[in-house]
Amino acid sequence: MMNNNEILYDVQGLSRYFPSKRGVVKAVDDVSFQIRKGETFSLVGESGCGKTTCGRTLLGVYSKTAGKVLYHGVDKDSLNKAQQKEYLQKNQMIFQDPYACLDPRMSIASIIEEGMKVHFSYSASERTAICAELLHEVGLPAEFLSRFPHELSGGQRQRIGIARALAMNPEFIVCDEPIAALDVSIQAQVVNLLIRLQKEMGLTYLFISHDLSMVKHISDKIAVMYLGSIVELGTPDVIYNRPMHPYSKALLSAIPVADPDGNWAKKRIPLTGEVPSPVDAPAGCKFWKRCPYAKETCKEQRPALRELETGHFVACHFTEEL
Amino acid sequence: MEPLLKVENLHVRFASYAGNVHAVRGVSFEVGRGEVLAIVGESGCGKTVTAKAAMRLLDRTNAIVDKDSRIELDGQDMLHMPRRKLNTIRGKDISMIFQDSMTSLNPTMTVGKQIMENLLTHTSMTKGAARKRAKELLELVEIPDPEDRLDCYPHQLSGGMRQRVMIAIALACDPKLLIADEPTTALDVTIQAQLLDLLGRIKEQNGMSVILVTHDLGVVASFAQRVQVMYAGQIVEHGTVEDIFKRPKHPYTWALLSSIPGRALSSKSELYALKGTPPDLRRPLIGCPFAERCEYCMGICKKQCPSETEVSEGHSASCWLCHEFAPKVQPPRIFGGNE
Repeated sequence: MMNNNEILYDVQGLSRYFPSKRGVVKAVDDVSFQIRKGETFSLVGESGCGKTTCGRTLLGVYSKTAGKVLYHGVDKDSLNKAQQKEYLQKNQMIFQDPYACLDPRMSIASIIEEGMKVHFSYSASERTAICAELLHEVGLPAEFLSRFPHELSGGQRQRIGIARALAMNPEFIVCDEPIAALDVSIQAQVVNLLIRLQKEMGLTYLFISHDLSMVKHISDKIAVMYLGSIVELGTPDVIYNRPMHPYSKALLSAIPVADPDGNWAKKRIPLTGEVPSPVDAPAGCKFWKRCPYAKETCKEQRPALRELETGHFVACHFTEEL
Repeated sequence: MEPLLKVENLHVRFASYAGNVHAVRGVSFEVGRGEVLAIVGESGCGKTVTAKAAMRLLDRTNAIVDKDSRIELDGQDMLHMPRRKLNTIRGKDISMIFQDSMTSLNPTMTVGKQIMENLLTHTSMTKGAARKRAKELLELVEIPDPEDRLDCYPHQLSGGMRQRVMIAIALACDPKLLIADEPTTALDVTIQAQLLDLLGRIKEQNGMSVILVTHDLGVVASFAQRVQVMYAGQIVEHGTVEDIFKRPKHPYTWALLSSIPGRALSSKSELYALKGTPPDLRRPLIGCPFAERCEYCMGICKKQCPSETEVSEGHSASCWLCHEFAPKVQPPRIFGGNE
């Protein structure tokens, strides 16, 4: 059993801005959260809310504009060369598009073993044996080693992406919309695989998705993002049954329920308009323009993330009154 | 009353270098007036091909529709209609919304022109009147500042807005039948909810029929009245929304419904995942197409294809389990079985 209290990642005020012609895009804006070892931490939100940027900035794929990332309690910026190399080995990523994330000119074997060549000193035959074992682990036959990505289906490619991440013997994996491009029945297969691997190997996931029903199923903790900020953070039970932030409420009520008597349309909280441009995010609360309960204070003051009950954080001035 | 659309024994094959792909295998169904019919199934099961065949939009160079297939819209034979006549019906009586709004709209034409194109082709409106009507249509689909948006190009709009523009084009001539092929699949849930509301309201107003092609069972439950489940080019079960969601009879429908994560009993438990892959549509099918992946497969399933059995009025399933001599099996617990 894992020590559940150990904090793997402590993210403090992480920001990533992108310059653009029309001004600065605050893709991730002062985001703080903690990920504990062995848990699945999920980021959800509409497209363009900064989920993917957040995951990439955390790993250092994008350099951060501001903030601090503590990894095992140590500031990531203070790692020396050797430690950085180890960090890169232990922190892996699975990508959204199973068609674009595999090099079409490399065989499956060379895709999986590429990282091993850099980080481990295995012989060629050892690497092949490990590759075959990894394929078995993700539920594919060993014949696939000599094949090329175009010969595989979407679900099979996503499994190769997972095998490639596992080859590095990671402790933490950023799963960036791993199931968005897959068919419903294949999605369940891949999610089952991810859950099984987590149980067997004690992996920690940062799971990024806009599929809210799947997120509910696999997460230990969920952060709802809107325009680069976290508006609500809590356990799936809290977020799905007792959401407090008006945006989370609207977002969750928009999930169509596969139940003909669900009276889905009646219970829905309508959200008008679309996500405003992140270039000129409104001053004050980022959500006030679309918020049905917005008051004067909301236009001027940005609400901070407050802890309402243990482990349940909300960024709204008036949650208690709603 | 006569149904609006009648499809009988539709077979579609596609010529490919590795042999003919028999994508739709004997599909028959009807769409009543003012009714929403949903077609659901996995990718490659023939949902879109069926919908496109009804519009006669299949590629003429490699799609082969069997001679005895029949598609009738309002009593008119769609499959053997001359092109000239067809062009007066498509876009007017029957129109379609596609999944990918970026590739379906013309990137070199303004949104206004694309809506007006439809109006100018099918009605005797002047350009000025057509522009006015186009603006009204943008208002109808709830696009803010419609006057300005008329002169926008598709790339200047967001995905949700482009999908609204497509709906406006499809609705321009008050069609009797709207075919919506995965209209909200590429969109966020909040935008999806807005669009489904909008479509529902417009449907109520002008009483059109809708064929909704989707793989999202949540969307089906909240929007459709009747559902047909397709697998490997065949309809395996059809009935009202209530029938399909509460009293499903076909093991494939059970599998589809069970794989919805919200129905799983506890979090992080194993999700129900259908094993295997659909059959190769290039080969002739012997027996039930689902037999290979079916948990309840019996000897006969691999030898002979089950015929359609009516379970109750308007609810039929093509499964040997519905036969009177079949053993009684317990459906999964969530559909009233008790394991």
